[in-house]
Amino acid sequence: MGLPLMIERSSNNNNNNNNVVELSRVAVSDTHGEDSPYFAGWKAYDENPYDETHNPSGVIQMGLAENQVSFDLLETYLEKKNPEGSMWGSKGAPGFRENALFQDYHGLKTFRQAMASFMEQIRGGKARFDPDRIVLTAGATAANELLTFILADPNDALLVPTPYYPGFDRDLRWRTGVKIVPIHCDSSNNFQITPEALESAYQTARDANIRVRGVLITNPSNPLGATVQKKVLEDLLDFCVRKNIHLVSDEIYSGSVFHASEFTSVAEIVENIDDVSVKERVHIVYSLSKDLGLPGFRVGTIYSYNDNVVRTARRMSSFTLVSSQTQHMLASMLSDVEFTEKYIRINRERLRRRYETIVEGLKKAGIECLKGNAGLFCWMNLGFLLEKKTKDGELQLWDVILKELKLNISPGTSCHCSEFGWFRVCFANMSENTLEIALKRIHEFMDRRRKF
Amino acid sequence: MRLIVPLRGVIQGRGGLFVGSLIPCCLFYFLQLYLKGRRPPPSDPTELPRTSSRSNLFSRGNSIGRVRVSSRALPVAKPSDSPYYIGLERVKTDPYDRITNTDGIIQLGLAESTLCFDLLQRWMSENLMDSIMQSDAGEFDISNIAMYKPFEGLLELRVAFADFMSRIMGGKVSFDPSNMVITAGGTPAIEVLAFCLADHGNAFLIPTPYYPGFERDIKFRTGVELIPVHCRSSDNFTVTVSALEQAFNQARKRGSKVSGILFSNPSNPVGNILSRETLHDILKFAQEKNIHVISDEIFADSVYGDKEFVSMAEVAYSEEFDKSRVHIIYALSKDLSIPGFRAGVIYSFHEDVVNAAKKLMRFTSVSVPVRRILISLLSDVRFIEEYMTAHRQRIRDKHIRFVEGLKQLGIPCAVSGGGLYCWVDMSSLLTSYSEKGELELFEKLLTVAKINATPGTACYCIEPGWFRCCFTALADEDIPVIMDRIRQLC
Repeated sequence: MGLPLMIERSSNNNNNNNNVVELSRVAVSDTHGEDSPYFAGWKAYDENPYDETHNPSGVIQMGLAENQVSFDLLETYLEKKNPEGSMWGSKGAPGFRENALFQDYHGLKTFRQAMASFMEQIRGGKARFDPDRIVLTAGATAANELLTFILADPNDALLVPTPYYPGFDRDLRWRTGVKIVPIHCDSSNNFQITPEALESAYQTARDANIRVRGVLITNPSNPLGATVQKKVLEDLLDFCVRKNIHLVSDEIYSGSVFHASEFTSVAEIVENIDDVSVKERVHIVYSLSKDLGLPGFRVGTIYSYNDNVVRTARRMSSFTLVSSQTQHMLASMLSDVEFTEKYIRINRERLRRRYETIVEGLKKAGIECLKGNAGLFCWMNLGFLLEKKTKDGELQLWDVILKELKLNISPGTSCHCSEFGWFRVCFANMSENTLEIALKRIHEFMDRRRKF
Repeated sequence: MRLIVPLRGVIQGRGGLFVGSLIPCCLFYFLQLYLKGRRPPPSDPTELPRTSSRSNLFSRGNSIGRVRVSSRALPVAKPSDSPYYIGLERVKTDPYDRITNTDGIIQLGLAESTLCFDLLQRWMSENLMDSIMQSDAGEFDISNIAMYKPFEGLLELRVAFADFMSRIMGGKVSFDPSNMVITAGGTPAIEVLAFCLADHGNAFLIPTPYYPGFERDIKFRTGVELIPVHCRSSDNFTVTVSALEQAFNQARKRGSKVSGILFSNPSNPVGNILSRETLHDILKFAQEKNIHVISDEIFADSVYGDKEFVSMAEVAYSEEFDKSRVHIIYALSKDLSIPGFRAGVIYSFHEDVVNAAKKLMRFTSVSVPVRRILISLLSDVRFIEEYMTAHRQRIRDKHIRFVEGLKQLGIPCAVSGGGLYCWVDMSSLLTSYSEKGELELFEKLLTVAKINATPGTACYCIEPGWFRCCFTALADEDIPVIMDRIRQLC
């Protein structure tokens, strides 16, 4: 782990003090993880990015989970439907005064109501959201970190099922000092969390004298691209009740489930429970970055059934507020039920079609994927291509795919997957043409391999 | 602080050692009890509601423990006992309005400026749409504002900030955009810097009186301590090297590791502008002790006196100092009156600090549409020049009126040259020259005069009777109203 920067002799100092000033452990640690393959691939892309016209042989970015398939819907809305209103909120230009001064960590009521309504719509009305339980943060990254600060002390742990989003290593651990203990999942049951895996992870932590404060899941899962089954959610909540720990459900991809009926939010489970001591351990993280394709806006939220957590999160959100301007811009759009209903429906449909395109295309090349039903990516199995079923074997293959095929995909090891050979492939951050080109490159690669 | 305060009687030398220490102690604790009693009672943590859940899995009744939050989260949700926050809350219950609520509480406790809103409003109505919606191609392309951009801000944004900061500081120092990281406000800027410069349990020296918000900004999550360095009215509350030495040595004796010095310039709440000599002395001290210097320059453009503002960046360029220990905080909340937009700056001469801070920006990044507004706004040199001239003139005028009004009542203010407030000596109105007396006056100001001013105690001031009064959200006609109300207490 990072040690404070050791004192170096500096040739610049011409006075009698040769010491270089120290930095903190946080500053010098590598928990930011930017040296991992997950990010190395991004660098390769930055150096040689694919462009349909100008650089058709460049690296195609399939390692970034961004949603660009429904931009046209947003563009049309923002441009034509109500541009002035979007800028100022309902009051028009005089709204500027309130906009400029408003830095209340409660967040604009209209915006919170709009978020609550949007979240309800995504869940088909199967759960209700109270706007006063919504705490706004500048993105889900901040929401996850903030919750971790609140639920766990340094050296405590959160249990997280593998494979998980590589960013968690940084977001949950870096400044908070909290550890992640993995809940190992494997392909024998499509990587679903089992009660045995939960117990085993909990025990591992206890054996190492680490206090477990909660379980954090993503639902739909990143990188699996699949929803968590209702039964599994119920088992999870039961486990958390028995161990008296928290349950955090990051539902950032909830609006990207291809068929709405296949998604069960932990909110639905909690909806039917009156016992506060059960409910108050449940917290949901959401953001507009994936479903609405607006990562640049930096809008995230913590929704908690725990009054104390809501109060604490609100105060701590001072470090990561959403600008009032942004809240105004989005409040009218998200409250426009006609628009959001249409958006959600069309977005799901387009993502589903993209998913089918890529899975079919891979199948034709002889490659299988995990059966997925959500998200902006698929979980591809290249285990059969590995010379050695080890981490190095997988990284070698990843390197070949990056250098030869010029495709940046994310290796399963960066997601802490316990089986080797799995890769996350994003499909929603490019045009259909680009996707076809990527598939073509994979076909050709597989053809070449078959000949040898 | 709670240990230091009861000893004030001793330091002031009034009433002898025994009386001087015991009586303030007792009164202080009684007052704390009194203030505690005003808080709402905590809910009974042992009471469990009756279960009526449908699922057998969850029908555990009274055998489920209540799940706990982390120990660092516990103090955060508690109602604050600081008069700074108490005052702000009280105003919300009965806010003054010139027309609809003339008996309400007048807010003098929030450092905000509305003096140049007319200029900003005009700029926004002319430019806002274009700055967000337009791209180089001329048409609206949502990917310009929707997609991920580097969390620390693209070069264009940092260049705009660098130019702006240089301009408001009189063009005497230039800021290198590559040393700069853009944050979602001044609050996260100071916190991120604290995370980078100090470990949990380390400390920053901080001259008193200081901005009450630092207590939260620094302590909430970083675990860094604040060690007060007491300043006195005899020095116009300017920090001295001997006070720094004393505080540093005492810290060392106690086993506290001091990582740096944090101060604001123009200072908050006093409003004085530190001289070049003082800045030099601070930096020299930091160099000797091999610690960091953090200069919070958030009020750099809100200057109205005759004294020129000098940035720590300017002093750092002098050759004898290792610049890598110098860091500056800035934000648009005060000078440009747009706290709601959430835009701040960390400026550091230390490459590793800049790199670490950049990576930490994912937790506190400025929304892309807002960045576009800011690029447009800060690059509009003609507007910025117009704004700066008007802003300084209007603060100056308001300051003169306010201070003059107080002078008529026989109430003096500290000498100040910057900020959105003045530091008022109301000791003549105290029934007892003590913290208790000051808090009583604070209460009287709130309930009788119906004015919220921040008492020195909340700012850890060692001399009782001082209050911070913010005047930049007042109309000229509000000032006589305020003075009349204060007169009632004279």
